[in-house]
Amino acid sequence: MNVLVSFIIVIFLVLLAIVGVQLGGLYILFGAVLPYVAIALFLGGLTYRVVSWARAPVPFRIPTTCGQQKSLPWIKSSRLDNPHDGVGVLGRMALEVLLFRSLFRNSRTELKEGSNKVVFGPDKWLWMGALLFHYSFLVIFVRHMRFFSEHVPSLTLLLQGLDGFFQVGVPVVYMTSFMFLVAVTYLFARRIISPMVRYISLPADYFPLFLLLGIGTTGVLLRHIFKTDVVGVKELGMGLLSFSPVASPDLHYLFYVHLFLVTVLIAYFPFSKLVHMAGVFLSPTRNLANNNRERRHVNPWDYPVKVHTYQEYEEEFRDKMIKVGIPVEKE
Amino acid sequence: MAERKPDEMGYYDQEELVQIDYDPPRSGWMDTPVDFRPGSWIYPGKPRHLEYLGLANPRQWSPTDDDWQLPPNWKEIIFEGMRERLDKYRTFKIFMDCCVRCGACADKCHFFIGGGDPKNMPVLRAELLRSVYRRDFTTAGKLLGRFAGARELTEDVIKEWFYYFFQCTECRRCSVFCPYGIDTAEITMMGRELLNLLGLNVNWVIEPVANCFRTGNHLGIQPHGLKDTLEFFADDIEEITGIRIDPPINKKGAEILFVTPSGDFLADPGTFTCMGYMMMFHELGIDYTWSTYASEGGNFGLFTSHEMIKRLNAKIYAEAKRLGVKWILGGECGHMWRVVQQYMDTMNGPADFLEVPVSPLTGTVFENASSTKMVHIIEFVADAIRNGKLKLDPSRNDHLSVTFHDSCNPARAMGFFEEPRYVINSVCRNFHEMPENTIREQTFCCGGGAGLGTDENMEMRLRGGLPRGNAVRFVQEKYGVNQLACICAIDRATLTTVCDYWAPGVQVTGIHELLANAMVMKGETERTLNLRLEPLKEEPEGDDV
Repeated sequence: MNVLVSFIIVIFLVLLAIVGVQLGGLYILFGAVLPYVAIALFLGGLTYRVVSWARAPVPFRIPTTCGQQKSLPWIKSSRLDNPHDGVGVLGRMALEVLLFRSLFRNSRTELKEGSNKVVFGPDKWLWMGALLFHYSFLVIFVRHMRFFSEHVPSLTLLLQGLDGFFQVGVPVVYMTSFMFLVAVTYLFARRIISPMVRYISLPADYFPLFLLLGIGTTGVLLRHIFKTDVVGVKELGMGLLSFSPVASPDLHYLFYVHLFLVTVLIAYFPFSKLVHMAGVFLSPTRNLANNNRERRHVNPWDYPVKVHTYQEYEEEFRDKMIKVGIPVEKE
Repeated sequence: MAERKPDEMGYYDQEELVQIDYDPPRSGWMDTPVDFRPGSWIYPGKPRHLEYLGLANPRQWSPTDDDWQLPPNWKEIIFEGMRERLDKYRTFKIFMDCCVRCGACADKCHFFIGGGDPKNMPVLRAELLRSVYRRDFTTAGKLLGRFAGARELTEDVIKEWFYYFFQCTECRRCSVFCPYGIDTAEITMMGRELLNLLGLNVNWVIEPVANCFRTGNHLGIQPHGLKDTLEFFADDIEEITGIRIDPPINKKGAEILFVTPSGDFLADPGTFTCMGYMMMFHELGIDYTWSTYASEGGNFGLFTSHEMIKRLNAKIYAEAKRLGVKWILGGECGHMWRVVQQYMDTMNGPADFLEVPVSPLTGTVFENASSTKMVHIIEFVADAIRNGKLKLDPSRNDHLSVTFHDSCNPARAMGFFEEPRYVINSVCRNFHEMPENTIREQTFCCGGGAGLGTDENMEMRLRGGLPRGNAVRFVQEKYGVNQLACICAIDRATLTTVCDYWAPGVQVTGIHELLANAMVMKGETERTLNLRLEPLKEEPEGDDV
């Protein structure tokens, strides 16, 4: 049900773009107005989100420690999984953000049917799928920079060269295009196949996956089947960037579908779980050093609380204390 | 034979209990109401304890009642409470926003592994709260409703919160695996704080809190009772070693204040650990004192609210100041060390009236505790052993085959892994690790932490204890392990049940019990008994240890 709803919405979006440009001729709307709106929403929404996180104080330092603490000098501490200083934290965060360290720990736990034996198996599939997805997405993003500047950025050229290393097809087939589609398909399939993951999945989990599948598929089609007018696309891209957009009716309608789905993704981003991209940097269980007993952490909103003082305590128990010879303040 | 009740271990047939259906129900989780079956929930807090502590809405009620007698403006209270906490805790805000429901946490929770209830997957436990957050605090949730995973706050939602936030032991195992470090303990703590605003809590937590506030410890032991207890231990020690120990109590000017969980005073096998501390202090000639006012290291405030942590924890520094000690030493306890490590200094510090802890024996400066000024007794004793200050005869523990259970909080809030292993390996010669997915940062909870270790919750304790119990049985079968060492008072109480059920024949012990049995004391008579007053040399027809 959740799958279907999301699927229908994405199909509807595809049709909307086709109808919009083919029947309505709304090239400017789909080629310029909506992308601007989406980028504004993205920047505004994400800034708002990050600022609201950053403004929320961190009253307590509660890192999740995943390795040996720094204590006695003859015990080797685990700098990256249990950092005690800023450098260690940087290392831990780098591993987390760049290599998905925590996900790498993933294992599969099962109770052997009918027995009481718990068995553990390594499970790196999710980690691999996630890594493949995010990195191919990143490469594809950088590759697209060629559409936004006169001189293609050198990083783009470099990645493009590597990506099309095998020189298959005309135009060259980029490996990441297919890695991306494979990874998104995997992420989708595991949501459907695993009963647990299916049970926890919301429409909001399927929707971005369908969007990404749509974006990837239309992208591949545009490059290899319909051979879209790359020069026209570049004009549009540079026009957008210089605030003098030109949305050409000559571009294939599938290009407008592609662009519209990207537009929706960008606009949807700050209001959805996709903000995890920014949130991971601010997660207090990961980005703080485990040096609590060495360096006092200050809670900005600390307030006095009602305590039971020693005087109140002794008042109640004084006689009993004296009787058994426990020293008291007031005889 | 008398009929067994749901609060007894024997009520649960093991073969039946492991018939776990991991397939989720047909109805979506938002449409599946909670079922309060006996054995899976805990009695509510008694009104007199709530009154004593000044907590909201004291009354007689039961989770099986239709009407929970919530305050008339309960919705408003919850929303206001959520708003306040979203503004005060970055964790809460980020953990509400960032989850992608990848499911990596799902099979990491001991309650889910042992029970199969999908709402015990950490991700769904958090969604119980997130769904309300989305509807009332986010634009997308307001506009898109269920599409965005938002739902209305109803009394049924509150009932669900109560059931599942008291089916989480705040062990933080899931947080090790989460790619964003989402910490379910933090979510559960927020959930319980919100529930407390409506007067919803459990007696197994609230009674100890009220006791601790008044008498200084969870068990409600009064000063003369504590003195009695320690003297009783001293009698046993004298019987075992021939050495008379006179435990100093509320002694002004002592160098060190010693604080340990009160579980060590009352229940076996914690009591043996407590005797172990006393013997170690005596042997090393430490100038220390017990306190009757700060007679609790544990802090059930952690299972109530942040404010309550602070209210109870304040006594430790206050007492250290009053007695004029130089620094504080803490006993073997799990959640106590989470509070000491991550909350105490922030809440009740700075402890500028204390000195940076230095071992009076070895001169070692505990720089890792230079601000909080509180040292873990295992750190302390590891340093003493390393420097050859204790005479040990590990062969006295040769009849034991030992494994070590990393307690959740020292593991995942400190990274306390090598110190206990070093001490164990110094005092016994047969040590075997449990499988790597079940130790160190991946350690499994005993199933009874965070205030869930009571008998009326027996089914959930056995289920939650399954992964741990299973790992114990694995080493029992493979290496003949017969002793499970741990550094947590709740463990010492609850793992006894877990082992009796899942790995019968394995006994639970604190590290200081092992240490004191191996320790050769100056002037001791020849030992014939261990701390449990059992003959040291195994009798041919002796029991199964």
